[in-house]
Amino acid sequence: MSHDLSALFDPKGIIITGVSNHPGKFGFVTLHNLLASGYEGKVFPVGREPGEVLGRPVLGSIDDVPDGEADMVFICTPQAVNEDLLRAAAAKGVSAAFFAAAGYREAGPEGAEAEARLVALADELGVAVAGPNGQGVVSTPSKMCAQIVAPYAPAGRIAVASQSGNFVSSFLNLAHHTGVGVSRAVAAGNAAVLGIADYVEWFAEDPETSVCLVYMESVDNGREMFERLRAVAQRKPVVVVKGGASDAGARAAASHTGALASDDAVFDGMCRQAGLIRARDVEEAFEAAATIATQPLPTGDRVVVVTTVGGWGVAAVDAMSDTRLEATPLPPDLYAAIDEKLPPRWSKNNPVDMAGGETRDTVPEILELAASHPDVDAVLFLGLGIQSNTAAMMREGGFYPDHGLERIVGFHERQDARYAEAAAEIAARTNTPVLVATELANARPDNAGPAAVRAAGRMCHASAGRAVRSLDLMSRYAKWRRARGL
Amino acid sequence: MSITLSEAESRRVVAGHGVPVSPFVTGTTTDEVVAALDAAPTVVYPVVAKLCGRAIAHKTERGLVRLRLGDEAALRHACDELLAAAKPDDGDVEVLVSTMVAGNRELIAGLNDDPQFGLTVMLGVGGILAEAIRDVVFRLVPIDEVDAGEMIDDLATQRLLEEFRGEPAVDRRALIDALVGLARVGEQEAGIRAIDLNPMILVDGRPIAVDALIEIDDR
Repeated sequence: MSHDLSALFDPKGIIITGVSNHPGKFGFVTLHNLLASGYEGKVFPVGREPGEVLGRPVLGSIDDVPDGEADMVFICTPQAVNEDLLRAAAAKGVSAAFFAAAGYREAGPEGAEAEARLVALADELGVAVAGPNGQGVVSTPSKMCAQIVAPYAPAGRIAVASQSGNFVSSFLNLAHHTGVGVSRAVAAGNAAVLGIADYVEWFAEDPETSVCLVYMESVDNGREMFERLRAVAQRKPVVVVKGGASDAGARAAASHTGALASDDAVFDGMCRQAGLIRARDVEEAFEAAATIATQPLPTGDRVVVVTTVGGWGVAAVDAMSDTRLEATPLPPDLYAAIDEKLPPRWSKNNPVDMAGGETRDTVPEILELAASHPDVDAVLFLGLGIQSNTAAMMREGGFYPDHGLERIVGFHERQDARYAEAAAEIAARTNTPVLVATELANARPDNAGPAAVRAAGRMCHASAGRAVRSLDLMSRYAKWRRARGL
Repeated sequence: MSITLSEAESRRVVAGHGVPVSPFVTGTTTDEVVAALDAAPTVVYPVVAKLCGRAIAHKTERGLVRLRLGDEAALRHACDELLAAAKPDDGDVEVLVSTMVAGNRELIAGLNDDPQFGLTVMLGVGGILAEAIRDVVFRLVPIDEVDAGEMIDDLATQRLLEEFRGEPAVDRRALIDALVGLARVGEQEAGIRAIDLNPMILVDGRPIAVDALIEIDDR
């Protein structure tokens, strides 16, 4: 069963309950974050004390909200009053609710009863209920940060659904850090009504989303979840990271097969079968999603590594040995074409080590030659930003701008920006992924190379190994699709 | 609760779904066994004889397996001994005689009823170190040929599946068919809780189960 969650992610008006002047309270923080993110719909703060908060009039009751002007309610009030509030909101035309409020299943038997009543009420009223006990919902197409915590996120095409609120924040922080943005993000909280599969099914239909990113801990109704997520993976990539490696244990270990089964091994097989892209940790999951969101899917495993100097290329090939990716031998015509562009000291092999022999146009030309070759499925460019790093020292060394330094610094920085732009443009035109990696993405994010990647909303990996890992995950998904004629 | 089918019963069930098992016959007396073997051209010497029955789970530990029986005299002697070793607690027993197949590589395959995902099918590297190595992959039942092929690809020990000590590479088609057939047992037979095919020996690259155990719901 699929829920219409458009009022949750793109509401035209939002009621916030529990708003007061106390800047430490959820109601205040949510109102603040919503206004700070630039939400353009109508906002109706409701609280016990009349007056203004953050320049907005506080209504004494949901009854004071004009009919039909709000379709979402964000609940920050204590559990005991929330059923009445949800009824009142539904009477005003609300069809989606986010329950940040706690005091439900996580709070013991009484809370569990309240949660059961909430589920029944949601069904009775026909309201899509997210949470309870969740941190909120973010939606960049609506400039909406309806969260009791930070941060908001740059706009992009990754949609996040998480069983842990603080990992929503982690993913959004990584979006800020990398510049690869997010379309939607939601914390499932106790997932009383809406669960991971409900959100991901909605993301599958969402034109603002191109890849789903999921953090999960518990698996309820595993078989149903498998079927639903597999159906989504046929349409859009779904990256999954799972916490909680401990084993449920209750297995019939009388059989050898049972003794060899572990929750992790079975979950892993489920992911492979369903086409879910399973990452090892939150960082790897984000980077895989960010790569998939900004690169074409590869059509095979043959990778050409292009590097300005040797060691990085060796590291990339080492990293590939743990994967099914292959540093493909250079096809003769590609070899000949590259040989024409470089001085004789180049590596004459894959990795293509330019050995510092590149001139003004060499990097874009070689990326183009490799990416457009029919026997190359992906290109990895290493060493972006090295010129600008030299330039940074020249800028900061006390002699700048004299002695010709201004001119050479400008040249270096323009070159790195150009390489970053070329990688993006060539990937789009040749429909071949061109990944870039440099530790400068972390060490010197202001470097012209990584800064230009970031400005284009693309992923600059912090090492060859991490780029290889993202490419491998993306490639496995592409292979899963091809094997099924998708 | 569950009960365990005898090896002979288990072999017949999985073979009925296309899982290759080593050729075998059964009998409850020595004469019956020999007559059955004479009538079955696929079962050839040397053979293995085992005492099997629903209540006999640990044949090897109880010394109820006789290997490398080269002729009828050796087989008769083994059958007499095995039938004499049966205890009253063992219930109905019979002697299972199968062709002794040879191969250096062993896989393990099976079904398991997972608490979170229901019936799963497994493929792994077999042999006495299987539980130490734990190179195993799972899928949820049912699977198709594409899933089965990916199970093979997902094993970490790919070199075991290539040409090995003069034996050809694994017959991928045959292994895919065996896995799909094994999963089909779980899909189509009622009450399956677990199946072990341990080991499946690669004979000229083709997987052949030389032991089978099925655990079913006791209803």
